[in-house]
Amino acid sequence: MKKTFLYEDHLSHDAKMVDFSGWSMPINYGSQIDEHHQVRNDVGIFDVSHMSIFKISGQNAESYLRYIFSNDVKKISDKNKALYGLLLNENGGIIDDLIVYHSEGDFLIVSNCATKEKNEAWYQVHASKFDVSVEYIDNHGILAVQGPNSIKVIEKIFRGDASSLNTNECVKTDGVMVAKTGYTGEEGFEVICENKYLRKIWNSAIESGAKPIGLAARDTLRLEAGFCLYGSDMDESVNPHVCGLSWTVDLNDEDREFIGKQAFLNINEKDEQKMIGILLKDKGILRPGYEITHIEGKGIVLSGTFSPTLKKSIGLARIDQTNEQSGKVKIRDKELEIEFVSPRFLKKI
Amino acid sequence: MSEIPGDLKFLSSHEWARLEDDGTVTVGISDHAQDLLGDIVFIELPEVGKEVEAEGDAAIVESVKAASDVYTPISGEIIEVNSALEEQPETVNGSPYDDGWFFKVKPINVDEMSNLLSPEEYSEVCED
Repeated sequence: MKKTFLYEDHLSHDAKMVDFSGWSMPINYGSQIDEHHQVRNDVGIFDVSHMSIFKISGQNAESYLRYIFSNDVKKISDKNKALYGLLLNENGGIIDDLIVYHSEGDFLIVSNCATKEKNEAWYQVHASKFDVSVEYIDNHGILAVQGPNSIKVIEKIFRGDASSLNTNECVKTDGVMVAKTGYTGEEGFEVICENKYLRKIWNSAIESGAKPIGLAARDTLRLEAGFCLYGSDMDESVNPHVCGLSWTVDLNDEDREFIGKQAFLNINEKDEQKMIGILLKDKGILRPGYEITHIEGKGIVLSGTFSPTLKKSIGLARIDQTNEQSGKVKIRDKELEIEFVSPRFLKKI
Repeated sequence: MSEIPGDLKFLSSHEWARLEDDGTVTVGISDHAQDLLGDIVFIELPEVGKEVEAEGDAAIVESVKAASDVYTPISGEIIEVNSALEEQPETVNGSPYDDGWFFKVKPINVDEMSNLLSPEEYSEVCED
């Protein structure tokens, strides 16, 4: 099993380690609910070094990324900034979701760990046409510092502008890239750097008040924020419309050709199912795969969990088009009422 | 290793049973089980009066992570449930062998207790 550079540090914080797509990762350090509240109310630090980092180099890096990525990197290619978007296949299906960072001329891609091989093959197929090189960076790690007090922690660790970044901006400071991005719905930062710097940053963050947070809390935090998880809420069988992600497909430059564009344009959104948030009115917990019904059709729960903030069960679901505000979910032998809501359970961002 | 009280008997599926002085059997889940589940957020208890069969499902416990069936170690009638768990399911995380009990069974045949695992045997199950 692969270990991140901070494996021993997790053990020394009493982490429970689990196999996460071949990586031994901290699922919690005691209570995932306490860790969730820590991020919502104060500040936490996550080791997310299992995520894949790719570096795109060459004169045509921008053209290449404009071709393989649903969002238009032209928006960030003269800035130091991050851009969320999708890798689409020719049918408009979602190969992965990822963030492209542009900083001082360098393009980095950060994407999921389970899709690493698949993405790498995809990148290489198209790289030759653009004469760019795509390199998997395995000597770097990623830390996420998230929560309302994350600015204080970043201020203490890094000199310069890091703590005053606006959302999606990034900056390089002493060989470390700090970006105002995250997956929790809180104000927060992600730090990408060579492994040799990780321990110092990890320890400084903890000394400054951040607590280690495991992947279990990361999942409840992202779900409350309404962020999709690849593999659960989207995959190659669905298009961006179905996942509420059509905003990541940038069609402003009509001359821009990108993979999946034609297929995407041919889709009539009204014919597709839609992604919604669901709230369980009764007691119980929504789980992936549970069946949903409403007056005009049906649907399925994609992600479901207990929301520590709302103290009730929430989920993301895909349902037939409707204006209905409620429906029913089948949990074991019971039909329970659910409310259809915006996936942004916490409108805090 | 989780602490296992000596007066309990176990199923390999992590339920415990304790024969009380009045002849009833109290049932819950082990410390090892609550640790595996993580934060427990919902418990569905059986109805009082329900007849249950040894190793049949009797309750459901849900952590943030997953839902699991809880099996009864002994056959009989459910005579009491710990309804405090419906409001405070996290009690099971903090006190799996005391305040976090699930239900009490009036056994049909108390000799079924001898089919269950001793604390030593159960601790071997947990180590596998």
